[in-house]
Amino acid sequence: MSTLVSPIYLDNAATTPVDPRVLEAMIPYFTNKMGNAASRNHPFGWAAEDAVDLARTQIANLIGASSPKEIIFTSGATEADNLGLKGVADMYARRGNHIITTVTEHKAVIDTCKMLQKKGVDVTFLEVNEKGMITPEQVRAAMTPKTILVSIMMVNNELGVRQPIEEIAKVTHEGGALFMTDGTQAVGKIPVDVNAMGIDLMAFTAHKMYGPKGVGALYVRRKRPRVKVTAQMDGGGHERGMRSGTLNVPGIVGFGKAAELCALDMEKDHAHVSKLRDKLEAAFLEMEEVYLNGDPDARTPYISNLSFKYVEGEGLMMGFNQEIAVSSGSACTSASLEPSYVLKALGLDDELAHSSIRFSFSRFTTEEQVDYAIEKVRKSVERMRELSPLWEMYQEGIDTSTIEWAAH
Amino acid sequence: MAYSDKVLDHYNNPRNVGTLDKSKKTVGTGLVGAPECGDVMRLQIEVDDETGVIKDAKFKTFGCGSAIASSSLATEWLKGKTVDEAVAIDNMEIVEELNLPPVKIHCSVLAEDAIKAAINDYRVKNDMEALEFEEGIVH
Repeated sequence: MSTLVSPIYLDNAATTPVDPRVLEAMIPYFTNKMGNAASRNHPFGWAAEDAVDLARTQIANLIGASSPKEIIFTSGATEADNLGLKGVADMYARRGNHIITTVTEHKAVIDTCKMLQKKGVDVTFLEVNEKGMITPEQVRAAMTPKTILVSIMMVNNELGVRQPIEEIAKVTHEGGALFMTDGTQAVGKIPVDVNAMGIDLMAFTAHKMYGPKGVGALYVRRKRPRVKVTAQMDGGGHERGMRSGTLNVPGIVGFGKAAELCALDMEKDHAHVSKLRDKLEAAFLEMEEVYLNGDPDARTPYISNLSFKYVEGEGLMMGFNQEIAVSSGSACTSASLEPSYVLKALGLDDELAHSSIRFSFSRFTTEEQVDYAIEKVRKSVERMRELSPLWEMYQEGIDTSTIEWAAH
Repeated sequence: MAYSDKVLDHYNNPRNVGTLDKSKKTVGTGLVGAPECGDVMRLQIEVDDETGVIKDAKFKTFGCGSAIASSSLATEWLKGKTVDEAVAIDNMEIVEELNLPPVKIHCSVLAEDAIKAAINDYRVKNDMEALEFEEGIVH
C-alpha cells in the first residue's frame, strides 16, 4: 500500500503520531478503568494506581533510573523544565543563586531562567560554537562557588546536535552543582542512562516519542545525591509532594507503553531513520549552495536542518506546504519576524538563517515519503531561485555580503 | 497562517518575473530590503521615451509568499501607467487587493519602496532630479 497520503508529515520534532499500540493501551483508562490513582479505597483507584506504577517502571527502565519513584509526572516537558529550574532555585537558595545554561535551549528553559533572573537568580547563558556545541571547559570556566545548577539540553530541537553531557555533568559535579538536562528530543530515540551520564534532573515528554500530548515527566535523582525540588503548585501533595494534581492516568499509561516500545525498538528505529535522513541529506547537499546546520559529527538522525541559500524559508515552504509538513527557521514563520535564535546563535549568515528548513523523522516515516519530499522540495527550491534576485547576483559572481543594503 | 487566494495565485503564477537590461537609459531599477530582514525585492521598469508610459516591468524577490505576491502585483499595476501615475501607488492599495494580514503589511511597504526606487533610478539616469518621498513605515 502506498504511504503517499498527502500531506506528508516530516515535522516529528514538533510532535509524533501516537503509536497505535500506545493508543490501544490507553483506551480502557478513559472508560471502564477510569479511577483516580489517588483513590485508595476501591478497586477503580487500585487499578489506576497499578497502571501508573507500571508506567513509572517502564519509563524508569527506558532512562536507566534506579527507582520508579524518581519519575515525577507533569503535563509535559515545559512544566518539567519549569519545575526543575524553579524547584532547584528555591530548594537550594541557601547554597547559592547561580545557574548555568545555554543560548540555544528551548524557550521553556530560557524564559524560565529569565524569570528567575528577575527574582535575583544569577544566570549565565553560555554561547555555542558555529556548530551549535558547548564544551565542558566552558562550563568549568563559568562555575562559581555559588553555582547550584547547570542545565544543558541533551539534543537541540532545531539542529539535532547532541551535547557532550556526560563530560559536562562530570565538570558540574566537580564544581559541586547539580546537573539537569532537557531530554525532550533524546529520550526514546537515543540511549539515555541517567546513572551512566550523571544526570540529576531531566525533563522529557511523551508526545515526542509516540505517546500522547499533555503528559511529561521530570526525573529527580533520589540517591547520590538525593535531589529535592520545591513544588511550584499547591494542592494534594501528589508525586511525593513535588507536583500536585490528579494524575492523567490514560496519558501516563500511554507514556509508559510508548517508553516500553521505544526501548524495544530503539535500534531498529534508529537504523531506519538514519537511512532516510542520509538519503534526504545526500539528495539536497548535491544541489548547489545547500548547507547543513549543526555539528554533523554529533547529531541524532531524527532531525535534519538545512539552509537552501538565496531562497527565503517561508516563501520556499509555501511551494509545498499543502503536501509536505516541515518547519522553518525563517523570520516570517514567527509572529516576531525574528529569525530563529538558535540559528543566529551559530553565527549563520542572515541569508542562511532565513533559508533554513527543518526536516524531522519518525519510525513511521517511509522511504517513499522521503523520495516524494526530495522531489517536491528540490523543485520548489529551483523555482524560488528563479524568482530570487540574490540567486541571480550569486550566479553573476556578485558577493551579496558586499552590497550595502538599505536596512528597513 | 492561511494565505488569501490572491496571494496564492500570484505565488503560483507570478507575473513578470525577470530582468531588464539595467544599463539601458530607459530602464529604472529599484533594489530594496535586506537579506538580514528576510526580504529583498528588485523591481524594474522600462519607460517609453516618447510617452512616459511604463511599457514593461519585471521583478525578482527573495522573501515570503506575501512579498512575492506584492511585487508581482506591483509589476502588473505598473505596466501601462505613466511614471507620474506610478508614483502615486500606495502600499495600502496592495494590502487591500491581496488581503494581507497586519503582520505582512511590511511586504506591501517594500513593494511601494521598490516602485519609488525604480522611478528615481530612471529619473536620475535621464537627468531629472530624484523625487523626495516621505520615509516609509518603519518595518
